[in-house]
Amino acid sequence: MSATHQDNDFLFKYIFSTDHKMIAKQFFLTGSIMGLIGMLMSTIFRLQLGYPGESFAFLEPILGSWAPDGVLTPDKYLALVTLHGTIMVFFLLTAGLSGTFSNLLIPLQLGARDMASGFMNMLSYWFFFLSSCVMIASIFVEGGPASGGWTIYPPLSALPEAIPGSGMGMTLWIISMALFIVSSLLGSLNYIVTVFNLRTKGMTMTRMPLTIWAFLITAVLGVLSFPVLFSAVLLLFFDRSFGTSFYLSDIYIAGQALEVDGGSPVLYEHLFWFLGHPEVYIILLPALGITSEVIATNSRKPIFGYRAMIGSILAIAFISFLVWGHHMFVTGMNPFLGAVFTFTTLLVAIPSAVKVFNYLTTLWKGNIKFTPAMLFAIGLVSTFITGGLTGIILGDSALDINVHDTYFVVGHFHIVMGLSGTFGMISGIYHWFPKMFGRMMDKNLGFLHFWTTIVAAYGVFFPMHFLGLAGVPRRYYANTEFPMFNEMYDINELITVFAIIAAVGQIFFIFNIFYSMFKGPKAPQNPWRSTTLEWTTPVEHLHGNWPGELPEVYRWAYDYSKVDENGDFVGGDDFTPQTVPLREGEEDLSH
Amino acid sequence: MIDLLILVAVVLGIIAVSKLISILGTVSAVKGENSYNVTDKENRTQARLMPVFLIVYFAFIIWQVVSWGDRVLPVSASEHGAIIDELMNITWIIIIPVFIFTHILLFYFAWKYAYDKNRKAQFFAHSNKLEMVWTAIPALVLLILILYGLSIWNDVMEPVSADEEPIEIELYARQFDWTARYPGIDGKFGEASVRMIEGVNFLGLDSTDKESWDDKYVKAEFHLPVNRPVQFYMRAQDVIHSAYMPHFRAQMNCVPGMITRFNFIPTKTTAEMREITGDEEFNYYLLCNKICGAAHYNMKMEIIVESEEDFNKWLSEQNEFLAVEGNSKDNSSEELSVPESDSTQTINEEEEQLSLVEKVN
Ligand code: HEM
Ligand SMILES: [Cu+2]
Ligand SMILES: [Cu+2]
Repeated sequence: MSATHQDNDFLFKYIFSTDHKMIAKQFFLTGSIMGLIGMLMSTIFRLQLGYPGESFAFLEPILGSWAPDGVLTPDKYLALVTLHGTIMVFFLLTAGLSGTFSNLLIPLQLGARDMASGFMNMLSYWFFFLSSCVMIASIFVEGGPASGGWTIYPPLSALPEAIPGSGMGMTLWIISMALFIVSSLLGSLNYIVTVFNLRTKGMTMTRMPLTIWAFLITAVLGVLSFPVLFSAVLLLFFDRSFGTSFYLSDIYIAGQALEVDGGSPVLYEHLFWFLGHPEVYIILLPALGITSEVIATNSRKPIFGYRAMIGSILAIAFISFLVWGHHMFVTGMNPFLGAVFTFTTLLVAIPSAVKVFNYLTTLWKGNIKFTPAMLFAIGLVSTFITGGLTGIILGDSALDINVHDTYFVVGHFHIVMGLSGTFGMISGIYHWFPKMFGRMMDKNLGFLHFWTTIVAAYGVFFPMHFLGLAGVPRRYYANTEFPMFNEMYDINELITVFAIIAAVGQIFFIFNIFYSMFKGPKAPQNPWRSTTLEWTTPVEHLHGNWPGELPEVYRWAYDYSKVDENGDFVGGDDFTPQTVPLREGEEDLSH
Repeated sequence: MIDLLILVAVVLGIIAVSKLISILGTVSAVKGENSYNVTDKENRTQARLMPVFLIVYFAFIIWQVVSWGDRVLPVSASEHGAIIDELMNITWIIIIPVFIFTHILLFYFAWKYAYDKNRKAQFFAHSNKLEMVWTAIPALVLLILILYGLSIWNDVMEPVSADEEPIEIELYARQFDWTARYPGIDGKFGEASVRMIEGVNFLGLDSTDKESWDDKYVKAEFHLPVNRPVQFYMRAQDVIHSAYMPHFRAQMNCVPGMITRFNFIPTKTTAEMREITGDEEFNYYLLCNKICGAAHYNMKMEIIVESEEDFNKWLSEQNEFLAVEGNSKDNSSEELSVPESDSTQTINEEEEQLSLVEKVN
């Protein structure tokens, strides 16, 4: 292969690599570091919420003028919330999640030598890397980073007079997102083209593992929705820098009326949520895809209702473009539109319910191995149910009137998107770590990690529903100014304590990753006894993935515990890899 | 103090982990196991933890309901709010059993079907019948919820008609306070625009418009008569705010450049609500519920609901626009402050604003 001389070259192997496996690792590391930063930010602002106004001396050296005398200031509180949301949604659970697993698994599970365009793939990573750098740099500019919430609604985000973070920090936020969108588009187009064109012989669309279906549809969602965000922030950029007024009208601020007329902030909200809602599924679908794979493998059973699973992915993706208005029930949008969006929103619950019941049936009469990956996958099913059900309340416009923008929402989306997304990602890391690094992670640390995480996570996010039902708004620096919230302080304190436990619990994970990366036992060929193609590649990474011919596929990916007419396992083992030809008279379940 | 505790916790955590891993590593090496294959014994332990977790999770939820159940908002203080609460309760009645049922299945299956090398997993790949069932049932339940929800939504959002004689109030939001404006004896709001903000006239009322002369505006608290429809018009001066009155199940964003509205009928006076909640100091509040800047968390106004008499008395004691020192009928100072080149735009703006207000009225 022409790449041999490159393989010895550090720069091209580790930095400007065009190998999808290396790029996956790059996305994984960058995304995780961003995720870690996002998590630490949440711990800091949680301290303020749990102990409002109390001085934490250790904050001063870290945060400097953001926390004079160890007390976070209100506008920097908002800055941290904004960056936390932005980082978690985009950097950790969009780029980090899709970037890692789409890159790693699409070629490996389809039997391809690499992505359709390795160069575009490399560019995708480097745009993401730049985007991360710009976002982090925005923390240090004068006025601080963007502070208007991760949704950056104008006019707040358009006017530096309104909040200091809307100065240079906001400009950098926009630049960072523009780079991010480029990265996402390059990546997504590549994934789509690869899935359609580079499947190995015999890998029909209906023989693909559900992971690939999920990554494919996620990429399609990204391609259709991110450009809309791009236009939204571009117009915002014009409003900020060139005096246009797409989003601005009738504004008086800092002692003078601005020369803006005729724009509407509601337009921005429509554009933003046209991306914003599909974005939720850009996070969720890969997590659900990973879960399908992990649950089937570790239950030693085929995923139940493979076609229904594909159908529900497609249905969710389609509907997700028709529901954005559920974020805007009380924006002054025409109530009739609100009614339409309620209708479409509640429809999403149907394919979601199908997915849940299919997971449950897959577990039923399985033979379950509780690997750490499996534990997190089961955790995901729990969070997906818990958070999904409260969505039925928020999606109902009449009910949303009173819980919109309260902590009920914060509880809901953290459980359904934040926890499901991170659980899916973590599950994927435990499961495919051997494929990424050729070594195994430690199971006992994995168990500890799972149990502390799920207990602490519910401890953080479940109580938030009660705050929301008591009327506590989100994005409040403190709940001290309204007598009606006086009795909430112990709930807030409890949440903060759990948030600290959750953060500390991640040390098990981080430690496990770094320890296993260098010192873990060498991975065997197929540690989880899976059927899919990635476990047929050599443990040591190889440019082009398979040393000889590409493998040929004869069956779908879920022949676990398949028995013949005598009740014996087909092929003698409780799994039959996709590369094993169908026996005489054996039914192929892929059609 | 707390920071010291946290620091100690973190340090202990790190020490514990590294100790643990070295101990576990040696133990499994001695036993000849590897550190990633889950042994049958461990698998059983994890399986047993499944129902344990389920019980802990449910117990935690019950504990929260018991200890915090009375901290959620009290009964609705508005007419439509009672209907919304009913819909909320019905939704809970549907959601909670689904939650309990699916969680029991999830953790029961996980426990029950833990790995056993003497058993084969059942190869069960699909069943159209089952899948039909769990597509159809949620669809049906959701259909009911959708129809029920929408009929309530339409009721709630229905504007009040003039024959119901609503009280009209404009809520004016800016960084970081609220102002409530009443139309005065003529029953009509004077025209207003942010371009006419000047000195004490911070609402930008048009002092050449005689409908504005008798307008009244108040800060810090505003009053409502009980059992009378209130039609709110929301206006924002700088960024988006949101007028959130949780006790009335009412919320509407205040958006610069447009006038939004919401209406409700308060059904319980402040005094009645104090009795219901058993809290002598209870008050209704208007909160800001859309991030609007540093003091977003402190943007509030008290709402007093009282009898119509008390309300009328209170309102009659408030100053009219012209009575506020610094405001006058002639608008000369305003005209002086507008640069020549802008006057046409200002006029257009005024007309637009006027027509908006007219539409609203
Ligand atoms: C240690 C874990 C986490 C904790 C303790 C935490 C805590 C919080 C809290 C308390 C808020 C609300 C602050 C406010 O509204 O005043 C918030 C906002 C948010 N969080 Fe998290 N969070 C965590 C993890 C995540 C994850 C994994 C995601 C991924 C989706 C996420 C996404 C968001 C978003 C999008 C917001 C909204 C930001 C905004 O209001 O602009 N968080 N987080
Ligand atoms: Cu949405
Ligand atoms: Cu506000």
